[in-house]
Amino acid sequence: MSAKTMSRLSITKTPKVYIGGAFVRSESARTYKVSDAGGAFFANMPQCTRKDLRNAVEAAAKAGPGWAKRTPYNRAQILYRLAEMIEARSAELVASLVQFGARQADASKGMTVCVDRLIHYAGWADKYEQLIGSVNPVASAHFNFTVTEPMGVVGVIAPDTPPLLGLISMIAPVIACGNTVVALASEKVPYPAILLGEMLATSDLPGGVVNLLTGFRKELIPTFATHAHIRAVYAAAGDEDRRTLRLGAASSVKRVRFAAADTRWFDDSAQGLGVIRDFVELKTTWHPIGS
Amino acid sequence: MPKSKDTREARGRLIFGNLWEFDPAPETADPKLKPRYDLFIGGKFVRPKTEKYFDSINPGNERKLSEIALAGPADVDAAYRAASAAFKGWSALPGGERGKYLFRIARLLQDRAREFAVAETMDGGKPIKESRDFDVPMAAAHFFYHAGWADKLEYVAPGRTVKPLGVVGQVIPWNFPLLMLAWKLAPALAMGNCLVLKPAETTSITALKLAEILQDAGLPDGVVNFVTGAGETGAAVMGHPAAAKVAFTGSTEVGKAIMRQLAGTDRKMTMELGGKAANIVFDDAPIDQAVEGIVNGIFFNQGHVCCAGSRLLVQESVAERIVSKLKTRIRMLRVGDPLDKNTDLGAINSKAQLNTIKRLVASGVREGATMYQPPCVLPQRGFYFPPTLFTNVTQSHKVAREEIFGPVLSILTFRTVDEAIEKANNTPYGLSAGVWTDKGSRILRMSTELKAGVVWANTFNRFDPSSPFGGYKESGFGREGGRQGLLDYASIQ
Amino acid sequence: MPSRTPKAAHARLLDEIGSVDQVGIEERVAKFTTRSIKKTAKVWGLRMAVSMTDLTTLEGKDTPGKIESLCQKALHPHDDPTFPSVAAVCVYPSMVRHAKALVTGSTVKVASVATAFPSGQTHFKTRIAEVKGAVADGADEIDMVINRGAFLSGDFAKVEDEIAGVVEACGSAALKVILEVSELETYDNIRAASFIAMGAIRPGDFIKTSTGKTTLNATLGNNQVMLEAIRDYFVDTGIAIGMKPAGGIKTAKQSLQFLIAVKETLGDAWLTPKRYRFGASSLLNDLLRQLEKEKSGAYQAPYYFSDAAESY
Repeated sequence: MSAKTMSRLSITKTPKVYIGGAFVRSESARTYKVSDAGGAFFANMPQCTRKDLRNAVEAAAKAGPGWAKRTPYNRAQILYRLAEMIEARSAELVASLVQFGARQADASKGMTVCVDRLIHYAGWADKYEQLIGSVNPVASAHFNFTVTEPMGVVGVIAPDTPPLLGLISMIAPVIACGNTVVALASEKVPYPAILLGEMLATSDLPGGVVNLLTGFRKELIPTFATHAHIRAVYAAAGDEDRRTLRLGAASSVKRVRFAAADTRWFDDSAQGLGVIRDFVELKTTWHPIGS
Repeated sequence: MPKSKDTREARGRLIFGNLWEFDPAPETADPKLKPRYDLFIGGKFVRPKTEKYFDSINPGNERKLSEIALAGPADVDAAYRAASAAFKGWSALPGGERGKYLFRIARLLQDRAREFAVAETMDGGKPIKESRDFDVPMAAAHFFYHAGWADKLEYVAPGRTVKPLGVVGQVIPWNFPLLMLAWKLAPALAMGNCLVLKPAETTSITALKLAEILQDAGLPDGVVNFVTGAGETGAAVMGHPAAAKVAFTGSTEVGKAIMRQLAGTDRKMTMELGGKAANIVFDDAPIDQAVEGIVNGIFFNQGHVCCAGSRLLVQESVAERIVSKLKTRIRMLRVGDPLDKNTDLGAINSKAQLNTIKRLVASGVREGATMYQPPCVLPQRGFYFPPTLFTNVTQSHKVAREEIFGPVLSILTFRTVDEAIEKANNTPYGLSAGVWTDKGSRILRMSTELKAGVVWANTFNRFDPSSPFGGYKESGFGREGGRQGLLDYASIQ
Repeated sequence: MPSRTPKAAHARLLDEIGSVDQVGIEERVAKFTTRSIKKTAKVWGLRMAVSMTDLTTLEGKDTPGKIESLCQKALHPHDDPTFPSVAAVCVYPSMVRHAKALVTGSTVKVASVATAFPSGQTHFKTRIAEVKGAVADGADEIDMVINRGAFLSGDFAKVEDEIAGVVEACGSAALKVILEVSELETYDNIRAASFIAMGAIRPGDFIKTSTGKTTLNATLGNNQVMLEAIRDYFVDTGIAIGMKPAGGIKTAKQSLQFLIAVKETLGDAWLTPKRYRFGASSLLNDLLRQLEKEKSGAYQAPYYFSDAAESY
């Protein structure tokens, strides 16, 4: 064989999902085949099951109290660190988006928006309280104030387009205010979420705060809907899935927020205080004033 | 076994001797100082048109650290022209992009934190553990916090539009050189203003080191300009016609002079001036933590703190106990080389300030208050003053009325809540106050009644970028920190 | 007229001794951790910590053989004969006579946990019998546990009476009263329990943080609450009580931080094994390792020291 034809066989990566700070395959050992935009075989993705979802919820619940107790300043710095990690590896993420059919220009633009969006929410972490909370002028000798608290474990169901920007845009506000997340990546383009998991792992974000699953929406959405320990769901979903989620949510009075189908993910209108407001509880305290 | 008399040691005789004396533990990081610092104008270090330089002294050993350019009116004018030229581009940047510059500055400062801490300690005399654990990290936190506001300005004044003011002139004091600079720079920049800032003449070095960081961060030229010098330079910065706003932190006396100077203009102002804070301890307070808070309130940064808890008001029933515990506690304070990691009280910032402290302490003794200073050996060279307590102080004593700005605590007593409030408010100042009690409703009553911009309950001298800071009455006006501080740099339309 | 119920007694005691602010005291102890101890001061502190160690083994699987090796280590912590021996070995009652036989004639004391350690949940007379048995077997010091159930239900008199009973059973043996701080939960409770214990014991006896058998053991915070209680009691009465933090102190650096707390709270008179002890097992080897490093200038491998658990 001539040197010319002796090309090196590359090492392909086994995709693993990021749960509880560890990289794992599905407990079921099931996978599904993902092909790139050209139709060529790319990899076998973990086809996560309801048990994987359950494990992820356990991990998120375990990480919850610690994450909620972090100072807002610390949460802000960690989100900023995540942005630093992503910016440094953006070429790899852009390539993965292009490989699955995104146009180069869109993928590049999407990456910068991903990073800027994280920074936007990093900035919110120590500010939303001043805007959502309040001191209330009650008509008695009481000091009365309202503060926010995170809800707990929040389920995120990401859109297929844009797969990565959608996922990050939904996770960032939810963790900025102290919740922990179990997210289902795009079914069609799951690989960027695998890469995101690797960046989360190096961002100072404690294990379990964000857990990323890959798999089939129709298998997992019913469990997102009914798992009582998931206290809120933020979903990019069609009518059928919305109905399933709302019905399931009713059993445990779960909060649901849907990303509108016409959400302009690349635009500043897709971010802001409004999203955070939907993932905090409000608590009002009364205290007497006297000698 | 009966409790026999002979095993009892003399009551109250705790021995704080030298059985276990600590070895010197000097911080050895290189502060990377230049022998001479020029002005920072238009993104570059430039020689002053005055061609004059003055020495910056290490108050810990009286040795010269570096030479600092003396800015004259022409230099201040050049700085304003650079800032005015930069304003259009800077204010037109999307908020998120301005925020990214501030995030960069915060990160670069975190990267070089130890180097800045050592420089700050050598230049100003504060203990390395304070510059390392408080000043520098808090300065970085201010940049980080305000970075996040830059793209959220529409939330600062709901229903209104906020715009930057233009070029802002700022003058800061010598007690927290880098931190006060961060308090001034970060909100003004987040809002889209450009700046001309003058650090205090005894502590200019960390500002000029920060200028290096601004260059590394790629901040557009002219957005921030530093002019150095003493009072005349400061007056030129405050009085320049191109200033859309001035912000001053310093003594009430100088603040009033600036207000007179600008009386004929419509210039916006923020004044953060002196204080004579009451720290009020009730008999149900957690005593040891109150003692700790009192110590932190007055001896933090050698008492060079405008909000220092310099008037201790103690409820009569616990006064004796508190004073005795205080005396024990301050024997633990280690006074000496600011660069030693175990130093609790460093050097007084300047010879002039040391003389002021000595003069006021002498007046206390002369007016009949009882002075206590723990045994401590002060270094031969440098400006030092031991921690000092005055008991038997009344409201009319000079040490209870004037801001000493040194490690000197005046202790007064009270019997009732109303008396405490009356005494606490009996001052032209109103910057801060402290309340120590286990009773929640009393804390809220006190914080309602006390005429002070910040009230600390069961704590003292806490600061946070998200918490507005500033005074009532002759302690000034305007706030720094939080949403409120940001608004002081905005034109609300 | 004030109520005489146990709960009211609780309130009165807290009123008398004052409360502890958690945030404030934790800020205070954080300052101890910023002290920088170098060179001769470091060697002095490390040697002092060695001499204050109650070298402990409290396991169901303890055997006379294990106790022998513990005692050898206590007597001769390191090859270097200039290294001090530890203060005591701390063992279960059944091991006291084995230990006593090995350390007799040296300065090393035999301490025994007793009173149904660690829970204390058995009849009082059984607990007293256990103390007497340990003393009869040669224990120089007894580490007892307080009745946390009685404390938490507000029956302070019972807690105090039981301690007094153990004091009597000790005879000439010194007593250390374990508060088991993790079960008392709040600093206010730790302060209250410290005063109850100090009121019942003799000068030179100790109060001690924990058994080492629960999740949270000695911390700088609860150590400080107890040091301040000892200080206040001493200033008021002139009676000097000793202090023993136990469990969780594993590194030389930690032990120096505890000693700084002692130096700055109680002063020089408590910088002695007579008044301050460390209840620890793995601490000793780290102290030796750091001492050796100070001497030789080179960082030491853990397996240079005998009975190192972490000899990888």
